[in-house]
Amino acid sequence: MDEALNLAAWANVLGTLVGSTLRVATPLILCALAGVLSERSGVVDIGLEGKMLMTAFVAASVGVLTGSTVLALGAAIVAGVALSMLHGYACVSHPGDQMVTGMALTLTAGGFTMVVALAAFKTGGQTPPLPAGVRAEPWLAGVGQALEALPLVGPTLGRFLSLALFGHTLFVYGAFALAGLVWWLVYRTRFGLRLRAAGENPAMVDAAGVSVRKLRYQALALNGVLAALAGSFLVLALNPAFQPHMTAGRGFMALAALIFGKWHPRGAVLACLLFGFMDAVAIRLQGAQLPAALGGGAVPVQAIQALPYVLTVVLLAGFIGHAVAPRALGTPYVKERH
Amino acid sequence: MSTSTFPGLPRWVDVVVLPAFSLALALGVAALVSMAVGFDPGQVLVLLVKGAFGSRAGIGYTLYYATTFVFTGLAVAVALHGGLFNIGAEGQATVGGLFVGLAALAWAAVLPPVLMLPALVLAGALGGALWGAVPGALQAWRGSHVVITTIMFNFVASALLSYLLVNTLKAPGQMAPESAAFDPAARLPGMHELLGALGIAWPRTPLNASVLLAVAAVPLVHLLLQRTRAGYALRAVGHAPAAAHYAGIRPAGVTVGTMALSGALAGLVGVNEIAGMHGRLLLDFVAGAGFTGIAVSLIGRNHPVGIVFAALLFGALYQGGAELSFELPGFSRDMVYMLQGLIVLFAGALTPAVAGWLRSGLRALRGRAAAPGAGEGGGG
Repeated sequence: MDEALNLAAWANVLGTLVGSTLRVATPLILCALAGVLSERSGVVDIGLEGKMLMTAFVAASVGVLTGSTVLALGAAIVAGVALSMLHGYACVSHPGDQMVTGMALTLTAGGFTMVVALAAFKTGGQTPPLPAGVRAEPWLAGVGQALEALPLVGPTLGRFLSLALFGHTLFVYGAFALAGLVWWLVYRTRFGLRLRAAGENPAMVDAAGVSVRKLRYQALALNGVLAALAGSFLVLALNPAFQPHMTAGRGFMALAALIFGKWHPRGAVLACLLFGFMDAVAIRLQGAQLPAALGGGAVPVQAIQALPYVLTVVLLAGFIGHAVAPRALGTPYVKERH
Repeated sequence: MSTSTFPGLPRWVDVVVLPAFSLALALGVAALVSMAVGFDPGQVLVLLVKGAFGSRAGIGYTLYYATTFVFTGLAVAVALHGGLFNIGAEGQATVGGLFVGLAALAWAAVLPPVLMLPALVLAGALGGALWGAVPGALQAWRGSHVVITTIMFNFVASALLSYLLVNTLKAPGQMAPESAAFDPAARLPGMHELLGALGIAWPRTPLNASVLLAVAAVPLVHLLLQRTRAGYALRAVGHAPAAAHYAGIRPAGVTVGTMALSGALAGLVGVNEIAGMHGRLLLDFVAGAGFTGIAVSLIGRNHPVGIVFAALLFGALYQGGAELSFELPGFSRDMVYMLQGLIVLFAGALTPAVAGWLRSGLRALRGRAAAPGAGEGGGG
């Protein structure tokens, strides 16, 4: 009897941990996929943080004002694509610096969302909570309940699976589906082949009669859509409302995951899950004590939080494996004039 | 980097008109946004200037902010001259401040005051240099891009500071993650004290002796870049690494040195904020100044004199913005943060586009001037 209780407790702890890992990883996955598309075409995106923040704000504002999920999502996507087009105008149409452009988007979004939120809602930079009808619904919660009701394994395995895998919003399941889709697009289609070539050797793509500029704009448009989904998830599912600077570095963490995953959709998803897991553990261990065997004292939560960044630096420096960026990444392509 | 002169533009346009035009565009967009949210841009401008320069206290605050921005602006500019985009001034300033704090807590009781202040400055520069040199070395010898590494280092620096403050440096019996107040010997004298000693009455503001350090740093950095062998190597590697290599310069070593110097300048922010303003170590004291440095460097066209003006502009915006939030209900300094992003956008990212607009505008003007016959135009 005692043992069964113990197992049930473990099922609770682990199920919650896996479940929150998936939720925390979802915006990272969407954002990292956005980065895969633009970076594979040769455009560095350190503006993901800004795109996500801006689209989160747009989704929240439109959601509050219209009460419609579709309009909220649609407006966020329009905003995300618009930012990506600005990105393209600066460093695809013109040879502007890609890093500086990304930083400009992030800095501007941080100030702009605050200014407009303060003026429009007068609640210290937040939006009012989104009405229940606008927020994303949990999916498959029924399957989870059915599993928990199973005889024998219900309270343990069923409970674990239910907490870990079911009752998430469509965003969570969608992020994984989109990861497959992005992989298929990049590695199994003619568009993807050209996209990757534009990031490796744009002159060759140009010589083959394909427009590098068009490819990079297309990649950026998809990048804007995915970043908008990440931003929308923050306000439609993860939080009840828009908060000032609520992205809190997630865009940069997604960038780290993208590099950690070696610019590959599968690698990026795995890195996002790893980083999401660290985040979930760090939140859970806040204020907990280390076991006496490890010297006791508070768990160094900050160390766990810094770990994704440290790991990325170590990987990028080639100390564990090697992450090689697309060869033409960061360089504007200037067509030869005849 | 987008700092070289643009073909087809006369030098005076490149040096003066281009940044002024970019700044005007950024201000224009900010004015539109402030109109859209219900403020009168004219009134905002008047109140802003009044808040920043209308009183001696206002000027004191403006110069205090400008001091920090001179350090981060120079940091970004030095790296840009070396062909590197240092996005990590934020983290380097954080570690610089941490070192200043550690030096102040450890040595205030031991060192005589004459040595204490130089020790604080050295500690700040050393901390920043360290946090800049490591990403520089990783780029030079391991091929990891300095932008990505410095972004990561910003997060690691803030986690490190937070860990140390929460776990070891927090003053006993206190809730907030702040160190104990420093011994007065480990605090930079305020300018009101220094000027008071000279018989000049000056109100008490956060403006401290660090401003003198900033004033000294500007010509020193300029001389170093333009008049020394090391500065020549730095600029040669930034401009044409392959040519520099043929000329016998080792780009790897220069890259590390550039990032160390850049980081050291950013680290001096710690002197102004920790030893000057706060007198204790606390969280988030950099508060985005590292990113403001990017805007300062871009609008100052990477030239020390330009950076001084740009730093004063941002100092005035920060101080004026703070005053404005008292005067105009609903106004916040976030308008300044937005403007800063717009400046990076127009003066940095869109510079090639803006230069193109200017070029065609200039051509159109010249065409019209040349048509009547007397094509004087401007001598360039």
